[in-house]
Amino acid sequence: MSENYLLQMQGIDKIFPGVHALDHVDLNVRPGTVHSLMGENGAGKSTLMKVLIGMYQPDGGTITFDGRQVTIPDTATGLGMGISMIHQELSPVPEMSVAENIWLGREPRGAMGLISRSRMKKSTQELFDRWEIRIDPTRPMKELSIAQTQMVEIAKAISFDSKLIIMDEPTSAITETEVAHLHRMIGQLKESGTAIIYITHKMDEVFKISDDITVFRDGKHVASLPAAELDRDKLITLMVGRELTQMFPKLEAEIGEVILRVEGLNRGNLVKDVSFELRRGEILGFAGLMGAGRTEVLETLFGVFKAESGTITIDGKPVTINQPKDAIAAGMGLLTEDRKLTGIMGVLSVRDNMIMAALPKYSPNGFLNRKRIDADCQVQREALALKTPSLSQLIQNLSGGNQQKVLISRWLLTLPDILMIDEPTRGIDVGAKSEIHRLMSLLAQQGKAIIMVSSEMPEVLGMSDRIVVMHEGSVSGIIDRSEATQERIMQLATGPDAAAA
Amino acid sequence: MSNTATEARTSTFDWGGFIKKYAIVGILLLFVILLSVLTGGTFLQPQNLINVIRQVSAIAIIATGMTFVIIINGIDLSVGSIVAVSAVVSASLAQMPDASVIMYPGLQLPVFVAILAGLAVGALLGLVNGALVAGFNIAPFIATLGMMTAARGLALIYSGGRPISKLNPAFNWIGQGDLLWIPVPIWILATVAVAAHVVLNFTRFGRHTYALGGNEQAARVSGISLNKLKIGIFALSGLLAGLAGMLLAARIGSGNPQLGTGIELDAIASTVIGGTSFNGGIGTIWGAVVGALIIGVINNGMDLINISPFMQQVVKGVIIVLAIIIDERKNR
Repeated sequence: MSENYLLQMQGIDKIFPGVHALDHVDLNVRPGTVHSLMGENGAGKSTLMKVLIGMYQPDGGTITFDGRQVTIPDTATGLGMGISMIHQELSPVPEMSVAENIWLGREPRGAMGLISRSRMKKSTQELFDRWEIRIDPTRPMKELSIAQTQMVEIAKAISFDSKLIIMDEPTSAITETEVAHLHRMIGQLKESGTAIIYITHKMDEVFKISDDITVFRDGKHVASLPAAELDRDKLITLMVGRELTQMFPKLEAEIGEVILRVEGLNRGNLVKDVSFELRRGEILGFAGLMGAGRTEVLETLFGVFKAESGTITIDGKPVTINQPKDAIAAGMGLLTEDRKLTGIMGVLSVRDNMIMAALPKYSPNGFLNRKRIDADCQVQREALALKTPSLSQLIQNLSGGNQQKVLISRWLLTLPDILMIDEPTRGIDVGAKSEIHRLMSLLAQQGKAIIMVSSEMPEVLGMSDRIVVMHEGSVSGIIDRSEATQERIMQLATGPDAAAA
Repeated sequence: MSNTATEARTSTFDWGGFIKKYAIVGILLLFVILLSVLTGGTFLQPQNLINVIRQVSAIAIIATGMTFVIIINGIDLSVGSIVAVSAVVSASLAQMPDASVIMYPGLQLPVFVAILAGLAVGALLGLVNGALVAGFNIAPFIATLGMMTAARGLALIYSGGRPISKLNPAFNWIGQGDLLWIPVPIWILATVAVAAHVVLNFTRFGRHTYALGGNEQAARVSGISLNKLKIGIFALSGLLAGLAGMLLAARIGSGNPQLGTGIELDAIASTVIGGTSFNGGIGTIWGAVVGALIIGVINNGMDLINISPFMQQVVKGVIIVLAIIIDERKNR
């Protein structure tokens, strides 16, 4: 790979509070090729792309594009230079037409500087004709299916006549036919000299379309190789091949009888026929790639969203869960994935945040038993080594790790038998991380049954007694601690059929 | 080591926090002092101060309910119209038999029936607000805007557009009478404010209110029945508006269907001046009462020093906006 590069990113560094998101990363892309970025969730792929399009500013490193060293202060500059991106999360304006969405912010002008709808429609039609997209440009965006929306986004990215197009999981929401269509489009773009940076979790797709592959891990550049020199197994090894440097204080817990049995749980395309068992004293890990349906399983079990079918049995008795209240009454607790969005109540005190799920217990006749509340919160504060000046402190003033501890306390105070924890240590510093791991271990020892969803491989391997691996809404395998390896999990997470081959 | 440090910090008094929290009381005192000086002491006379409080009692009672609503990120625009419905309904049931225009000839009910009817009709309309918000997922602004218009119409239809006069003196007593030298409306306000403070701070309902306002998604995951809570809070706001409506009717001795026009804005202003955040999750009852007092003090004081009512509006407007600016800075 010694030809001229279209894009050279060298030594790119990006630090977020508490996380070294990109650690001196390199990426070199040749014109007219497809360069795939591979890596686990949180490896740094999306962050690097956001640096490239000007959404994030790097803390170090240089970017050379089209032979010139550049800085990209905002996305408009990036677009102007010829870098466009199809984002993983689509962001159309639903009330506007397809054509208006495509030309948003650069609408063709007609007489007197007014927007010319006819020209807008005509150029959209030309664009669609050229790329064989069969969508009426005048239709409102909101009437389109997700797949059609995705195709419009792709067309929009192409319409900038960019030299480089970034595609972040463009095929996650579209059908086989459309995937084939997209791959044909990519072929044509390559011929015209456009370079494409492609991010996907689908292994078969990577080898079908890539010329080069770069692998990231934990914010670091691992390898850049021509796709022809790689195969699936080699690639997985590169992606996960880290040493388990972190210590996991997993304590031996006595595994008791089955407390939770889930059979045939279904919710749309997100949760498909999920069945598993959970025992007392067990930590059951849920592994899988982003969007595999792990969070959705927990939310469905907990009644945040209603299941379409399936049976849930707790302690041998079938239970009906229509809302979180029912789940709490059945002895379950759910620590959600997004601390800020669905966890903390920022402007409320630590005390209020702690007692929120256990309130009925502390107010049998409607009035709060403040003495008991203060006593129990104090016990939690000490047991979890919570760092806060007082229980009256607003939770938003605490660090992420301490907020997480408060949320764990929230559920411990309900005295649950089953504790479901979604990403227990996301965005938390290393010290608090191991404290939370130790706590989970202790809870298991006390006979609590724990379900842990985690996107961090070392955490899954270090903490779980058994691991449920999910792929596209279904369980693709359940493996025991003794036979769990990173490679095995990644095989299952990228699709059951390929793993069998 | 770090433990002792945190203990030490909790034991020293947090002056910054104290000042932030009670700044609003300081502002009230500042106005009182300023007006006392400007009026040469007239303002400070007990009779005048009592008068100020009586004048704002209806606003303050409504602001108490409004505090609950705004804490949960809502707004209740319909309280002024609910005031009118409650006023005409309770007045119609409390008319003297010798009234010249009488709604129900020959009907002589005990006064408490009229009072209960006024409260009930307020709570009922509030309940409808809550059902629209919770059941149909309509934005509180829109739901209560509809109710504001419709309830005013109902009050006009019910009363035939005319004031309902010649009321039972026992009914008028709640707006005009004294108890232990203090006007009855002030007793009612005190009772409502203390009860609301207790509910907000010492009951499950109150914690749930803050939780819903602080983070609706998190409240739901914590097992709180959001719909019931929302309906309850809007019903409470309606109930208190109904109570205020009767106070106002009793004070003037007639149930006027135009009563309470614009009072929702004074109540919202009181709540906001009192530190309740439009971002939800933050607010106190005493703040709302102090807010109402500030509005009352400004009105009364500026009357005493002969500032034109037009200018008074400007001053009030400026104070409301200043309160919001302070609130935004405080919560950053």
